[in-house]
Amino acid sequence: MTALALTPVRVRPRRPVGATVAAGFLALVVLAAVLAPLLAPYAPDAIDLSASLAGTTGDHLLGTDSSGQDLLSRVLYGARTSLIAPVLLLAVAALLGVSLGVLAAWRGGWTDALVSRATDVMYAFPGLLFTVLIIAVFGTGMTTSVLALGLAYTPTVAKYTRSLALSEARKPYVDAYRVQGMGGARICAMHLVPNLARAVTGYLVVLFGEALMSLATLSYLGFGAQPPSSDWGLMVQEGQAAIVQGALLPALVPGTAIAAVVVSFNVVGVRAADRLGRQS
Amino acid sequence: MLLTLDHLTVHLPDTARPVLDDVSLRIAPGEVVGLVGESGSGKSTTAKAALGLLPAGARASGEVRVDDTDILALTGEALRRHRASTVAMIHQDPRAALNPVRRIGDFLRERGADRARATELLAAVGLSDPEHRLRRRPHELSGGMLQRVIIAGALAVRPRLLLADEATSALDVTTQAEILALLRTLRAEQDAGLLFITHDLHLAAAYCDRVYVMYAGRIAEERTAKALFTTPAHPYTRGLLSCSPTLGETSGTLRPIPGRPPSLYDTFPGCPFAPRCPDAEAPCETWRPEPLTLPDGGAAACRRTPVTAARSTP
Amino acid sequence: MAARFARRLAGFLATLLAASFVIFAAVYAAPGDPAVFLAGGRDKLTPERLAAVRAQYHLDEPLVVQYGRWLGDCLHLDLGRSFKYGDQVADLITSRLATTLELVAYATVLFVVLGVGAGILAAGRQSTWVDSAVVGGTTLAASVPSFVAAIALVSLFGVQLGWFPVTGTGSGFTGTLHHLTLPALSLALGALALISRVTRQAMADAAASDHVEAARASGIPEREIIRHHVFRNALGPIVTMCGLVMAGMLAGTVVVETAFGISGIGSLLVGAINTHDFPVAQAVLLLMVTGYVVVTTLVDLVHPLLDPRVREEARTA
Repeated sequence: MTALALTPVRVRPRRPVGATVAAGFLALVVLAAVLAPLLAPYAPDAIDLSASLAGTTGDHLLGTDSSGQDLLSRVLYGARTSLIAPVLLLAVAALLGVSLGVLAAWRGGWTDALVSRATDVMYAFPGLLFTVLIIAVFGTGMTTSVLALGLAYTPTVAKYTRSLALSEARKPYVDAYRVQGMGGARICAMHLVPNLARAVTGYLVVLFGEALMSLATLSYLGFGAQPPSSDWGLMVQEGQAAIVQGALLPALVPGTAIAAVVVSFNVVGVRAADRLGRQS
Repeated sequence: MLLTLDHLTVHLPDTARPVLDDVSLRIAPGEVVGLVGESGSGKSTTAKAALGLLPAGARASGEVRVDDTDILALTGEALRRHRASTVAMIHQDPRAALNPVRRIGDFLRERGADRARATELLAAVGLSDPEHRLRRRPHELSGGMLQRVIIAGALAVRPRLLLADEATSALDVTTQAEILALLRTLRAEQDAGLLFITHDLHLAAAYCDRVYVMYAGRIAEERTAKALFTTPAHPYTRGLLSCSPTLGETSGTLRPIPGRPPSLYDTFPGCPFAPRCPDAEAPCETWRPEPLTLPDGGAAACRRTPVTAARSTP
Repeated sequence: MAARFARRLAGFLATLLAASFVIFAAVYAAPGDPAVFLAGGRDKLTPERLAAVRAQYHLDEPLVVQYGRWLGDCLHLDLGRSFKYGDQVADLITSRLATTLELVAYATVLFVVLGVGAGILAAGRQSTWVDSAVVGGTTLAASVPSFVAAIALVSLFGVQLGWFPVTGTGSGFTGTLHHLTLPALSLALGALALISRVTRQAMADAAASDHVEAARASGIPEREIIRHHVFRNALGPIVTMCGLVMAGMLAGTVVVETAFGISGIGSLLVGAINTHDFPVAQAVLLLMVTGYVVVTTLVDLVHPLLDPRVREEARTA
C-alpha cells in the first residue's frame, strides 16, 4: 500500500544453519588446539631461514613467516593461548564481578553505592584504556594482560549480577532460609549464587568473542603475549612487516583465524546465551 | 455521489472473518453522515478506505469511489494527490497525530498553506494569537487547541470530504461541543461532505443527517437521524440506544447489551449479532444478513425487520 | 534546564576527578622507585643523590599532596618531562594531537555516513535481502578487531591494488585524506554494526508512530515523511549513539595508529608503555579520558535540544 514498509523491528528466529556451521567450526578449532602436537607438521618455533616468507607450498600449506616458521603449525599452537587466555580472564571477571554484584545487591546501602561509583569511574575509561593503564603500571606480559582485562570486565559482570541478584533476593525461598536462621553469607554462597550461575554463564559466553578480540589486540600492541609465543595477535604484529614486501600470509593467516573464531562465537554465543537465560 | 462504497469487503491476513464485510455506504456533497459502532466494528477501516489507506497486507474487493475516481485502483503519485487534495481526515487523538518535534506552522505548511493562509486558518478555527501559535510545538498546547490545529490542517487543502474519526471523543464535554460546532460551520462554509465516526449513537443522531450503524464489519442499519432515534429497526441499534443514558431518563431503563462484540477470530454462519440478540430465533443463526429496505427508505440487516419495526413503533 | 545543566556539570567534574586520581594513584603504586630511574639508574646512586631527587620531584610527600600538585600542574598544562625523550610532555602531545584528531574526525564522518546510511537503507527495506545484508555485513565487521581490519585493508588496497599509501600521514588536505583513508576505515568499521542497528531501530520506532500514518493519510510526499517525520524523530538516539562511539574512538586510535605507523597520541601511548615512560603515559591517558568524558557529557546535554519532549520532561522533573 505504501512505498516503504516501515514496521517495528521484529526479532526473527536466527537460522540455525549458521549456528550449526559456526558451532562445528569452533569444535574443529578446539580439537585442533588440543591435538596441535599431532597435527602440526613442524614445531611452532622451528626456524628455517632458507624458507623465509615461502608462499603456500607442499611443505608449508599456509606458507611461512620471515623467520621461515611454518604458519600452519604456529596457528594450530596459537589456538591454545588464544582460546584459553579469554577463558581465564572471564574467570577472573566472573569471580570478582559476581562477588561484588551479589555483595552490592545483598548489602545495599553504602556498599551498593560504593560499588556503583567505582563502576562509574571505570566506565570513564573508554575501550581498552583501563587495561592499558594497568599494563602501563605493572608491565607488559600475558599474565598482566589477563588479570588487567579480567579487572576491566569486572564492572560489566558486577552490574549484570547485581540486577539479577536483586530480583533473586526478593524470592520467597531466601526469606525462608533467613527465617531458619541461616546467615546472609551462607544463603548467598549456597543458594543465591548457584541460582544465578546459568544466567551469568550465558552472559560470559556472549562476552567471550569480545574478550578474545581484546586480548589479541593487547598482544598485537606488544602488551600481551611475548615472543616466541604463537599467540594470534602477536603473530599478526610479527607478520605485518612482510606485507609491504608482498607476503600477505604471515599477517592474514592469524588475522583470519581471529576473525573467524570471533564471528563463530558471536553467532553461537547469542543462541547459547538465549538458551541459558531462558531456562534459568 | 461524493463518496460511494459498494460491497466493500476487506480481508486481513491470519484472521477468520473479513474486517469489512459487504459494506455499502454513500455520502452526497454537503451531507453529514454518521458512522456508529463499538470499537472493532470496522468504522475506522471504512473511513480510511476513502483515503485508499488499507491495513498492511489487506485484500479488498468491491468498490470505493470518490466523485468518479476508483480509489482502490489509485497508486503512487495519483493516490498521494487524492489524499492531499480531495479527502482529509481528523484523527481521534490530536496529540498522537501531530509530530511532537515539529512546529504547528510546519504542520500547516506541509499541507500546502503558506504563512498568511496558516495564520488565517488558525484564526478560523478559533485560536487566539494565531501568528504566535505557528511557532509553538504540540506539547505547548492543550488537547482542545490541538484538535483545532488538526481541523485547520484538514481544511487547509479545501477538501470535498472530511473524515472525522472520533474527533471529539478524547476531549472534555465543553470543548467537545465547541469543536463540533466549529466543524459544522466550517464544513458548511466549504460545502464539504462529512463522515462523522463515533461510538455515541445519541451524538450521531443529534449531529448528523443520516446514520449508519456498524456491527462486526457489516452495516446493521442505515436511517435518517430522526428515524433512527424514533423507530430503530435493528435490535443492535435498539440495544445501543437503551444502554446509554440520555437526559430525563432514569437509570432504571439502562440495559447493557449482553456479551461482547466479536473479534476478528470469531466466525458466524448467520447473523453476527444473533448470539447477543434478545429477539433472536433459530433461523437467525443461519440467515446471512442483507439490507432489507424499510418503508421510510432506510435499511436494516435484520431477518425480522418488518415484524420488529412495526412492533417498536411508539 | 539550568538545574539539569548544573547537575550534569557536577557529575562531569566528579567523574573526571575520580578518573584522574585513579590514573595518578596507579602510577604512584607502580612497583619500582621512580626516584632511582630519575637519578639516572642504579650505577652511580648514592643515598644523598636519591634524597635530592626525591625532594626535587616531591616524591617524599604523601599521595594526596602529590596528586594535588600533579593535578594543579596538569591544569597549567605542565605535564612534566618525558623520561625517554626528555621533552616537555605537553609539547610531545600538542605536536601529535592534530593527526589523531584528524583521524578521529575522518573516521567519524565515515561511520556516520556509512552506518546511518546503512541503517536507513535497512529500515526502508525491512525483512528483505537488503536488510539481511546490512545486518549480516555489519555484524561481521564488528567481529573483526580493528588491527585485523587494518592489515586486511592494507593488504588489499595498499599492497595488492596500490590505491592507498600503506603508512604515514601525508601533507596537505588531499594528501592527509589519502593517507588517512585506510586508518579511518579500520577505525570506523567496528562501529558500523552498532550505528546501523540503532538507526534501523530508531527509524522503525519513529515510523510506527501515529503521526506518520496521519501524515501519509494527508498525502504528504513519502520523501518528506521519511525526512521530516521518521528520520527527524529518530535523530535523538542516532546522535547520542554517534556521539558515544566518537568519544570512544580516541581510545581506538591506540591500535590503528600503531597498525599504520601514524605518529599521533595513540601510538605515543603505546611507545610510552613499552618504554616505561610514565609521565607521557599518564598524560595521554588523562587526555583520552577527559576527551571521552567531555564528549559523553556534551552528547547528554545536546539530546534535549533534539527532542522537545525530553526538554519538557527535563523542565518539569
